Amino acid sequence: MAKSDLIGGELWEQYSKKVADRMNNPRNFGELTEAEAKELGGKLVIANEGAESCGDTVRLFWIVDIKTHIIKKATFKSFGCGTAIAATDMMAEMCIGKTVDEAAKINNLDVEHALRDEVDVAAVPPQKMHCSVMAYEVIKRATSIYRNVDISTLEEADIVCECARVSLQTVEDAIRINDLTTVDEISDYTKAGAFCKSCIQPGGHEKREHYLVDILARVRAEIEQARNPNKVQSDFTKLSVVKQIKAIEATLDEHIRPALARDGGGIELEDVTSGENDTIQVHLSYQGACKGCAGSVAGTLTFVEQTLQKEVSDKIRGVVV
Amino acid sequence: MERIYLDNNATTIVDPTVRDAMEPFYCHMYGNPNSLHSFGIEVRPYLHQAMEQLYEGIGARDEDDIIINSCATEGNNTVILGFYFTLLKDARKKHIITTQLEHPCIRESCRFLEQHGVKVTYLAPNSDGLITAQMVKEAITDQTALVSVMWANNETGLILPIKEISEVCKERGVYLHTDAVQAIGKVKVDLKDIHVDYLTFSAHKFHGPKGIGGLYIRNGVSLPPLLHGGEQMGGRRAGTVDVAGMVAIGKAMELANTHLAYQNTEVRRLRDKLEDALLKIDDVLVVGKRELRTPNTVYVSIRGVEGEALIWDLNQNGIAASTGSACASESLEASPILTAIGADRELAHTGVRLSLSRFTTEQEIDFTIYTINKAVIRLRQLSTSY
Repeated sequence: MAKSDLIGGELWEQYSKKVADRMNNPRNFGELTEAEAKELGGKLVIANEGAESCGDTVRLFWIVDIKTHIIKKATFKSFGCGTAIAATDMMAEMCIGKTVDEAAKINNLDVEHALRDEVDVAAVPPQKMHCSVMAYEVIKRATSIYRNVDISTLEEADIVCECARVSLQTVEDAIRINDLTTVDEISDYTKAGAFCKSCIQPGGHEKREHYLVDILARVRAEIEQARNPNKVQSDFTKLSVVKQIKAIEATLDEHIRPALARDGGGIELEDVTSGENDTIQVHLSYQGACKGCAGSVAGTLTFVEQTLQKEVSDKIRGVVV
Repeated sequence: MERIYLDNNATTIVDPTVRDAMEPFYCHMYGNPNSLHSFGIEVRPYLHQAMEQLYEGIGARDEDDIIINSCATEGNNTVILGFYFTLLKDARKKHIITTQLEHPCIRESCRFLEQHGVKVTYLAPNSDGLITAQMVKEAITDQTALVSVMWANNETGLILPIKEISEVCKERGVYLHTDAVQAIGKVKVDLKDIHVDYLTFSAHKFHGPKGIGGLYIRNGVSLPPLLHGGEQMGGRRAGTVDVAGMVAIGKAMELANTHLAYQNTEVRRLRDKLEDALLKIDDVLVVGKRELRTPNTVYVSIRGVEGEALIWDLNQNGIAASTGSACASESLEASPILTAIGADRELAHTGVRLSLSRFTTEQEIDFTIYTINKAVIRLRQLSTSY
């Protein structure tokens, strides 16, 4: 939340003049027929995308020169809101004169950029970015029909956010490289989730294969694990005793023994047993200066126990032998 | 361009008579009504007069309370959250019944209580878009503390059977709250005939200003204040009274009742004229039986024409309407009310609401009919699905 978020309600004010203009007067709407295709000496391609019950449908018509694969004519029909109509109109226009391969590279961000009045001001408000995605998908559909291949062969691998076209790899890299801890940060770094918000978590506008919350949790866990290989936390109680001992020993070596050694003391692991309420009793004996020290029962034990709880498992309870 | 306002369920123009009544309280009689001196003394009679108008307006008895507050959202939150502190918190009761048709201020305050262990039943409407007394009756348990059902729905204009529901609640000893925001000035709201415990309303829906509302509380019914502080409103709602606003809501209520007959003859005639014209277009669906709706509202679905696209075209021609289309909301979610009525998923994307007022003219309706027909032809030419 910030000053700019407090009034809200803005939608149409944020459409660019080009969006408004193409909504009012789309230039490329209508149908193309076999007769027209014949006349132009090309192949007619008709591609459908979306469903009316989902709120957006688009039908793209191409006439393609079979020798050069150049799209000679492109028109559309659309059931959708203003931005969907404007985006589809612009997309159809951008196809004209390109080869099918070139057109297949047009994505929704290209369409949105073409609709901007000023290069650095978005053509539509964030939640409306979603409406241009359909325009992009229908090109892929038309390409697959023209080439007579299955559309899945054209799918890009693992796009997390359709609005901003951010891949799973990009999101994971952004989290790792920048040590991100919140979804907002992911959106700031990658733009994923900044638009229609469907990809943030289940229950949004659209069902998605990947959600940012899940990716974040998974990558964070991987980062934590890499930083702190000893720390096994929730699974600790299920580990074999040998593995439990190894994890405890590693922490004793790394964090506890050096501290005690400064005072001329030491500590040894004597046993590991299970206690009440799923706790793990770690039996320890003091060595050197710690032995017989009055503080070792209270203060030092607290330090040792808390360190083991933090680094290994919160189920650990320290017992002095 | 002359503009035409057909979004009166969202808000209304302030009646010039109401505006004139408010005006003296800004620069002339600006005293705090809690002051002892002449500045306070001179404004108090106007507040008493506003109270008279409000009590008369909804048929409240002198022993009942009408609390002046900032809006119906405040009133509705006061009731729902208030119940948490009187009955629900200590688990003396733990259940609220409401409906899927309610305004977000009821829905979200109930969701908030759910986080605090309160059980909430959200009744789904039947295929007519209505909640029946029988549905309420079947949902009431020994644990039910409160039933909250709106009097009339904002999107469809459908009027709910509050009288029958009130009889069920009275019989079962359950408190009844009704959000009457869309009912005041459109249907007769008379609490002499209908036993409700709490009723909320908001001035800007009946030609008063925004930022002033009312909460009726039946005599003998407890409800802690939402705002604590001074002794205004008998301690039930602290905060200096918006004097001009209170004078305005009183006047607006009086006028709403004065014009109730006009609303049900002339406004209804214009609405019916518009609705008949819409129904002449092919593949058009109007939600809710006409006789079950407030006289000013029509909710229409035109196949192949997306809702936001239609209101865009209307706006280009100076006509203001609204849509429940998912595309027009920030969350891209279809209106939960339309989803609840749910006969047709398409409806969630094509629904457009036109709501008239006593200021709507025949000429405006004629131009709107002409413009909608023109827009439907254009958008259907563009549409894949028509």
